Amino acid sequence: MIYLDNAATSWPKPEAVLEAMTAFMRDIGANPGRSGHRLSVEAGRTVLDAREAVAELLSIRDPMRVVFGLNATDALNLAIRGTLRPGDHVVTGSMEHNSVMRPLRDLEAEGVELTVVQASPEGFMDPVDVSEAMRPGTRLVAMIHASNVVGSLLSIRDIGAIARDAGALFLVDAAQTAGCCPIDVGRDNVDLLAFTGHKGLLGPQGTGGLAFGPDVDVSRVRPLRSGGTGSRSEHEVQPDFLPDRYESGTMNGVGLAGLAAGVRYVLERGVDDIRGHEVGLVRRFIDGVRGIEGIDLYGGGDARRQTATLSINLRGEAPSDVGLALDEDHDILCRVGLHCAPAAHRTIGTFPDGTVRLSFGAFNSRGAVDAALDALRGMVGR
Amino acid sequence: MIRRKPTEPTGVALFHSTSLAIRGERIARKGGLKVKLVPTPRHLSSDCGTALRFRMEDIDALRALFRASSLECDDMIPL
Repeated sequence: MIYLDNAATSWPKPEAVLEAMTAFMRDIGANPGRSGHRLSVEAGRTVLDAREAVAELLSIRDPMRVVFGLNATDALNLAIRGTLRPGDHVVTGSMEHNSVMRPLRDLEAEGVELTVVQASPEGFMDPVDVSEAMRPGTRLVAMIHASNVVGSLLSIRDIGAIARDAGALFLVDAAQTAGCCPIDVGRDNVDLLAFTGHKGLLGPQGTGGLAFGPDVDVSRVRPLRSGGTGSRSEHEVQPDFLPDRYESGTMNGVGLAGLAAGVRYVLERGVDDIRGHEVGLVRRFIDGVRGIEGIDLYGGGDARRQTATLSINLRGEAPSDVGLALDEDHDILCRVGLHCAPAAHRTIGTFPDGTVRLSFGAFNSRGAVDAALDALRGMVGR
Repeated sequence: MIRRKPTEPTGVALFHSTSLAIRGERIARKGGLKVKLVPTPRHLSSDCGTALRFRMEDIDALRALFRASSLECDDMIPL
């Protein structure tokens, strides 16, 4: 079996992730940051391990500026709903996943003004177009770092500078890039970065969070949930400091144990090494697929300007049929359809049928690329 | 009444939250200081939080380590 669905969730995970999660459940198991006894403290140390690892990966000096939640969608909802009020203006792009688009459309119905900047048919955003969309009342610029459909990368440093100049916060959806592409929150002008634990960070599902840039005043982001934090228990109002302001309720201790191990794996192997590996796989696939008559490849076709996510279609074949044939006849697992990103598919011209998406990861080999190419050759030839 | 009397002069560092206290422990230990996380003594706070116990002779070194890491510590109190 060849797993080419790493953009949905990475698999397999490093062995250390499984070991860390088993060890947490067997040997620690207590509630992090609550009780003060040794197991509770040990669970708290595990959470700090995860916080420190993510902070190191994103070049964030203070690990308390990494706030954990359920996943990237949860973090994006916090960043979007926590910052915008009716009358505010927000700028986004036409390659967004519904994790950004749906909260923004909800808020648009409540009186937030929304501008969707059009990306190119290859999935790229021109910073000049973003600049032209800015207004005096623009409070937030929210954009996906790399498309989950064609992998096209956004030049976050340029767009962050545009947002900063206009006094708006810059929110980056790094669901597809954290762990796969180098990110330096400070240098890249990012104010809020939403990440998920179960993709490039190689941790388990149910982990993720929001990282705050060094200059962001947390009073600009209202918490969406309040409740017990294990701190300031004498007060009935939510704490105003990080990370407790946004972390009410018992943490996903076992998940964060796995996330810490996943991010440690990424740090030890090196993001540059993983990035180089994935660029090599993408280049090999693009070179191969271009030689196959009857297949359309979407995106820019340049491995250096994209993640390891690729979209194709076999002319005259429905993506769903291709996906089923890859699974049943060739043991290749991928994802077909609209990938929760209708705006992106409209942008690249594949709405409403969608595409066949192949997404490579840190553990795929060149042999997996060749197997996918062989399968596709066989399918168009029959 | 249970009293746990330390054998040498000690103090506790108080933090906003347990996350910060655990970070304080890590920073102190990396800096070579002997510290221990303990439930915050009742006479100092009604909070359910965790405090960091240290040897009084290390108080200046501990302060310096926290400052170097920009770790916010609410107070350091002799016991």
